[in-house]
Amino acid sequence: MALSGIEIYKFLPKTNCKECGFPTCLAFAMKLAQKGIELSKCPYVSDDGKKALEAAARPPIRLVTIGAGDRKIEVGNETVMFRHEKTFFHPTGLVVRVKDSDANAAAKTAGEAAAYSVERVGLNLKVDGIAIENASGNAEAFVKCVEAVKAKANIPLILMSKDPKAMGQALEKVAGNKPLIYAATKDNCDQMAELAKKHKCPIAVCAPEGLDALAELSKKLMDAGIEDIVLDPGARDFGKSLTALTQIRRAAIKKSFQPLGFPVITFPGEGASSVEEEALLAAQQIAKYASIVVLDHFSPSVFYPLLTLRLNVYTDPQKPIQMTPGVYEIGKPKADSPLGVTTNFSLTYFSIAGELEASGFPSWLLVCDTEGLSVLTGWAAGKFDADKIAKSIKQFGLADKVSHHKLIIPGGVAVLRGELEDELPDWKIMVGPREAVEVGSYLKQQWAK
Amino acid sequence: MSPVEVPIEKWTGKISEVTLGGKGGRKGVTVGGENTLPFLKFEGTIPHKPVVAIEIQDRKPEDWSPHLLSVWGSVMDDPGKWAKKAVEYGADIVSLRLRSAHPEAGNTGANEAKKSVEKVLSAVDVPLIVLGPNVVEKDNEVLAAASEIGKGQRLALGNCEEKNYRTIAATCMADNHIAIGHTPLDINLAKQLNVLLSDMGLPTDSILMDPDVGALGYGLEYSYSVMERLMLAALGGDKMAAMPKVLNVGTESWRQKESKATEGLPTSWGDHMQRAIVWEEATAIALLNTGANIVVLRHPKTVELVKAAINKLMSA
Repeated sequence: MALSGIEIYKFLPKTNCKECGFPTCLAFAMKLAQKGIELSKCPYVSDDGKKALEAAARPPIRLVTIGAGDRKIEVGNETVMFRHEKTFFHPTGLVVRVKDSDANAAAKTAGEAAAYSVERVGLNLKVDGIAIENASGNAEAFVKCVEAVKAKANIPLILMSKDPKAMGQALEKVAGNKPLIYAATKDNCDQMAELAKKHKCPIAVCAPEGLDALAELSKKLMDAGIEDIVLDPGARDFGKSLTALTQIRRAAIKKSFQPLGFPVITFPGEGASSVEEEALLAAQQIAKYASIVVLDHFSPSVFYPLLTLRLNVYTDPQKPIQMTPGVYEIGKPKADSPLGVTTNFSLTYFSIAGELEASGFPSWLLVCDTEGLSVLTGWAAGKFDADKIAKSIKQFGLADKVSHHKLIIPGGVAVLRGELEDELPDWKIMVGPREAVEVGSYLKQQWAK
Repeated sequence: MSPVEVPIEKWTGKISEVTLGGKGGRKGVTVGGENTLPFLKFEGTIPHKPVVAIEIQDRKPEDWSPHLLSVWGSVMDDPGKWAKKAVEYGADIVSLRLRSAHPEAGNTGANEAKKSVEKVLSAVDVPLIVLGPNVVEKDNEVLAAASEIGKGQRLALGNCEEKNYRTIAATCMADNHIAIGHTPLDINLAKQLNVLLSDMGLPTDSILMDPDVGALGYGLEYSYSVMERLMLAALGGDKMAAMPKVLNVGTESWRQKESKATEGLPTSWGDHMQRAIVWEEATAIALLNTGANIVVLRHPKTVELVKAAINKLMSA
């Protein structure tokens, strides 16, 4: 948690020696609080003071990296309980679990999951990693499966075994990829910690007994010099998971309680009895404080909605995704093709563009700069009005692009019609449907006539 | 090591309580009353769990997804039968939308509205939400008719919007019903409408609010944060943000291409039926975790899943 200048001042020598370049220690402390200077500029700060100030500068939840390369997973480093307070920074990693009881099936699923990609609002959403569980209990089978999966899926891995021997052998093969070791428990903690240190891999701790036990275990690893830790509170069902994850997040953010200041991993399949219920619990965990969610099933019909949910929850509330204002061509429009106008809120654009695409009518879509606001919000905020639309028509030279001089406006802002007819006397203003889904039938009925 | 100290928030406010039904032979369902964030029973009390309503319409909605048409089947031809089936599928409340009153969907009026509401009232004994077609003049007409038929049975009538709140609120006060105030995704507009309704003399126990739903992928993040901010304001003591919240999750979710369209979709979207269910349930669970008191759903499978999840969340 960030300290104020006065709090920092307490740790400084208070001699006003000026060697840091500031007239007083207090002035230096104030600058430090704004992160405008480094503590090392003070030659006389005590070791204790240094430690305390460094600890205070540490993020409340550590950023942990799993895997290496382009598709590595970075989670943690969150600073708030609610997204509207600032934003959530590092999107939940969505991982598919396979089991070593059938290496071929595991590799096949892993390959499909790793190759999966779905497009939404111009982004390609993907599965983040593969967890391989040592369900067979056999070290050799585990290593074989890990290698088979790695060959098919070049994305981050989570190695799941409670057996340090199996874990050690698998790490010998894939440690360079920085997999997450899952998990240290109270029974195998020392051996697993050794493996994490030796291979410089992140490690999860699992303590289903409760948060005290979980904190104790993570503290033990911290004392052993391990920094990259992931927490599994072992709370599996809807209620217990929500409670545990909320409490961990609060202890970390509000109390800077370091042993719980790490990303959290969940296994919704263990708290559910069907694929749909697993998806439901995963959705809750994406919304409420899970950093990594490991699902037992891979299917696009579940991952597409979950990846979309993650995108929604982790979108910066201060920066809606925006389109560049201008004229967009849907299909190959000609001078007699319909022309519609909408806002530059990406979601609005993609909804309309998708419907136009599906309608079979090549069209012109004029996108006005509403600073990323949707139709109704933009209208309410005065960013999507007759004046703005008329200016955009002129700015983008639409009078030359379309021969018919007809403009379709969203049904939600039908009230703008009169004003627009005043602003654009040579144009005919048509009121389109309120909802994007009705665009196709509207064009069939109103335009094709 | 010392035990983990979990910060407990000391909230001063709570959500108001509203009982739908409970009069005139109708079962009562009470929502609200919680003085903590959703399902966090370690720091407060949640006297009434969130409930699930099922949306039905007065006429068979031909434009619904084929999955909804096939799962409901022939009962959709009769709102009474449809309501009965909805209760069998676990609806705590039936939400009847009088869509045929829409000028483009039949433009029916008070008489047909009365008949539809009467059918549903006599078919089931759970509380009823009655929604107009979302066209102000028609809403006023059909909701007044519904109010008269259900007089004294504590129906919830919506939508009450800035343009017509006076009419609906007066109707609710005259016939002892509950008004649902609807505002478009904005915390201040939502609070403002509650103030207007309260100034009309409508008591707090007769106001529900619908701060609007953006479905998953279609503005859910806005809904999510408007809901959380309303919840925090209410727990902080703002009584005009403290009305229980009813959210039309099914309507919004099933309106989207991901749930509705069946042809020409990318293979990366996966199995249509499962995707549509997950779309609806994910929207529902995200919003339940922001403080929804009533979620209105469309598919029986989602209803089953969401109800089970609520029970598990409440038993922690």
